[in-house]
Amino acid sequence: MGLAESYRLRLIRKRLRLRALRKSRELHPVQNRTKSITPGAQLLFCTLRDELVRLPYFYEYYRNLGVDHFLMVDNGSQDGTREFLADQPDTSVWHAKGLYRKARFGVDWLNFLQRKYAHGHWSLVVDPDEFLVFPYCDSRPLSALTDWLDTSEIRSFSAMLLDMYPKGALEKFQYKSGQNPFEVAKWFDSGNYTIEKNPLYGNLWIQGGPRARVYFADAPKQAPALNKVPLVKWNKSYVYVSSTHLILPRGLNRVYESAGGEKPSGMLLHAKFLNTLSDKANEELRRNQHYAHGREYQRYNKKLNSKEHLWCSWSEEYINWRQLEVLGLMSKGSWA
Amino acid sequence: MTVGVIMLVHENLHRAEQLARHWVAGGCPVVIHVDSNVPDTTFKPFVAALGDEPKVKFSTRHRCEWGMWGLVAATLDASQILLDNFPEVRHVYLASGACMPLRPVQDLTAYLDRHPDTDFIESVSTAEANWAVDGLEIERFTLRFPFSWRKHRLLFDAYVNLQRRLRVKRKIPNGLIPHIGSQWWCLTRETLSQILRNPNRKATDRFFRRSWIPDETYFQTLSRRFARNLESRSLTLTKFDYRGRPHVFYDDHLRLLQRSNCFVARKIWPRADKLFDTFLRTSNDSPNTTEPQPDKINRLLAKASERRLKGRPGLAMQSRYPSRAAVRSQTAGHYAVFVGFSDLFEEFQPWLGQTLETITHGHLFAPERVEFANDATVYKGAMSDSAQVRDYNCGCFLRNLMWNSRGTHQSFHYRPFDTPKAYLNFVNDPHATIVIISGAWLLRYFHSGADISEMREDIAEKQKVERMYLRAFEDNTSKAQVRIWTLADFLTDRVDYMRSALDLVQPGAGQAMHSMPNLVDLTGFGAFLEALKNQGLYQKRVGDYKEDDSAPAQRAARPRPYIVN
Repeated sequence: MGLAESYRLRLIRKRLRLRALRKSRELHPVQNRTKSITPGAQLLFCTLRDELVRLPYFYEYYRNLGVDHFLMVDNGSQDGTREFLADQPDTSVWHAKGLYRKARFGVDWLNFLQRKYAHGHWSLVVDPDEFLVFPYCDSRPLSALTDWLDTSEIRSFSAMLLDMYPKGALEKFQYKSGQNPFEVAKWFDSGNYTIEKNPLYGNLWIQGGPRARVYFADAPKQAPALNKVPLVKWNKSYVYVSSTHLILPRGLNRVYESAGGEKPSGMLLHAKFLNTLSDKANEELRRNQHYAHGREYQRYNKKLNSKEHLWCSWSEEYINWRQLEVLGLMSKGSWA
Repeated sequence: MTVGVIMLVHENLHRAEQLARHWVAGGCPVVIHVDSNVPDTTFKPFVAALGDEPKVKFSTRHRCEWGMWGLVAATLDASQILLDNFPEVRHVYLASGACMPLRPVQDLTAYLDRHPDTDFIESVSTAEANWAVDGLEIERFTLRFPFSWRKHRLLFDAYVNLQRRLRVKRKIPNGLIPHIGSQWWCLTRETLSQILRNPNRKATDRFFRRSWIPDETYFQTLSRRFARNLESRSLTLTKFDYRGRPHVFYDDHLRLLQRSNCFVARKIWPRADKLFDTFLRTSNDSPNTTEPQPDKINRLLAKASERRLKGRPGLAMQSRYPSRAAVRSQTAGHYAVFVGFSDLFEEFQPWLGQTLETITHGHLFAPERVEFANDATVYKGAMSDSAQVRDYNCGCFLRNLMWNSRGTHQSFHYRPFDTPKAYLNFVNDPHATIVIISGAWLLRYFHSGADISEMREDIAEKQKVERMYLRAFEDNTSKAQVRIWTLADFLTDRVDYMRSALDLVQPGAGQAMHSMPNLVDLTGFGAFLEALKNQGLYQKRVGDYKEDDSAPAQRAARPRPYIVN
């Protein structure tokens, strides 16, 4: 990489940090318990809106993994999400008045909060419908992974988004609060992903899965990106560029090995495709606050109304992380 | 007689306390060295907590930085205290706060009782050792290393380079032969006393103080000098990963560790509660005399390093994306590409399925949709048959197909009607076998029965496409196995050529072939070629085609229009 290019990336990073600072004026603390964050605590950051139904399981799952403190940005929920969050003893909540789209889909808010609270901590950034799976997660807590990453001098950990879906129409199953969404949405696509390298940011751009197969079969280029780097040993100077797909400085995007070996990686199981999706799709289309003006939601809406299902005869039924490892979706790397 | 334990501790003192009590309960006196970097606020309560154990002593604190002299100084001091205070000690075991006794302490004492004069210390001569990851072998001794590798990496490297340029070569003191080995040893009182009482100790210490990672060389070198009976192995199971960092054990390694029969293992993750609870439980079983068998653990860890360094061939994913130069092939298994065969033979695909051990796909790169085996609309790995999805990234498509079907051989067809540049993804793949009957695609136009003047432009264009990929296939740099026949050539001895084509794909398959697929009707093809030529389209790649070459047996069935696809 030339000097000019690296300087350009530095400027982008500075601009994003300034932007985050500017957007931080939209954040109003509802419940700030960040004083209780101890050195070495595992932090989780999340922006959300009207996700009350998902939260009980979300909390159960991540507390189980060993997350110590949740830093949540509520973007104008109407369903009691904010009250629920404020009641959780291990949570700090901010209310964001601004527009989701104008805060670059929440990234600006979180960049600010991470800069302020996550410096020196392992920081996990997920959506309320994303569930982190990593090697040995059924027998080792998240701190085992982060301790190991620390001693291995690895600063960022990749976890590709894996879209999970039920067999049959999404409306057929009613998701109940507190339920494990993957009891219903337990199917996934195991081997239809395309990968391309982004020469500027050095990250891999991964697309595919059921969304590319069904919703974007005629326009695969528009299919959503699945590559994510959600777990990072945070430093003040870092910024996420676009969701958790891209991060700067760009060395943090080098979560893959190009000399033939495998670096360790995990998965984000994506519980988006449930009966809750069609309401969400309608609502989000109305609000017009999503990426590329909700192109994705337009397609969902169109397809949800038709009889097309995501499930196919080669869909794989989820068992555990070892299965994902054998299928080649994630890797243990040298962690044994 | 018993074993005395030296524990070097620098963090997780609550675990160190548990471990010390365990050793003492097993009858072993313990001398603990706590790194002077540990603040007094942590150190003092730790000392107080162990105040009720008369068999636990604390040694003078040194600053222990990895790779530096402090660790050796600490060990020497602690050894002195241990030997002076506990005359019943015959063997001294060096351990850390992350070293877990896997077997009852009685097992270890019994084992050492059977080897009363043996020193267990890994000690390999630098002349033969390929031991270190850092590449510094004899230079560990002959250069000076005053700078910390962890904190001042640049200075460290610069000083090493400077000394190399100045050809610095420190003299190794009187008659010592440099040896390297694991830091964790178990020495006899006699050997250790001699090391402590060494008349040249001052000079020796001065020399090692500036050497690199002296904790892996000091005792290893000196015990060679003093030991009566040295076994060059450590009783502590320590495994390093591909970058020289110690492997860590977790709760889920419990069974593996139990079955290894090793006396002590490191490093144990400090929060592995189950391991601490299980192994620190005092047992009253009669001593077990089995030898350590760490093979299973070795295999597991070797596999882990291989996964990190080599990975799974043919896999591309979020954390493995090999560059072209890094790997021999980007695909997971062998496959065959048939070009022209499906145009020349009727029902070629089912015939191929009966003749070869292979999954027979159709034209994977056909313009309308992907022709997966058995006409599936979705295939292994949930691959879509959408032509757009496939053409979005043909390389990933092919790699995915091969990865999803790893363990089975695949075959598919290719011709000029297919995605034009798709061939670039297999022409250089050593896993590909490409067999070609050039010019055979013209039969499709021939059988369509359309007017030549209408097809003219189309044919010219496809001809260009064929020329392009044939050139690539014929290129010497192509890593695929390639065999090309012209249509005319192939027809002159088609049974033999078919055999050699099959043999190329799967050795022996040609000999085993017991039937030939039927040729399509070729009557009039010669005239068709002639007409093309008259229109200015000379079909060089068909070869020297003569009407008589076609199979007489086929003639009975005509006339009938035959349209491939």
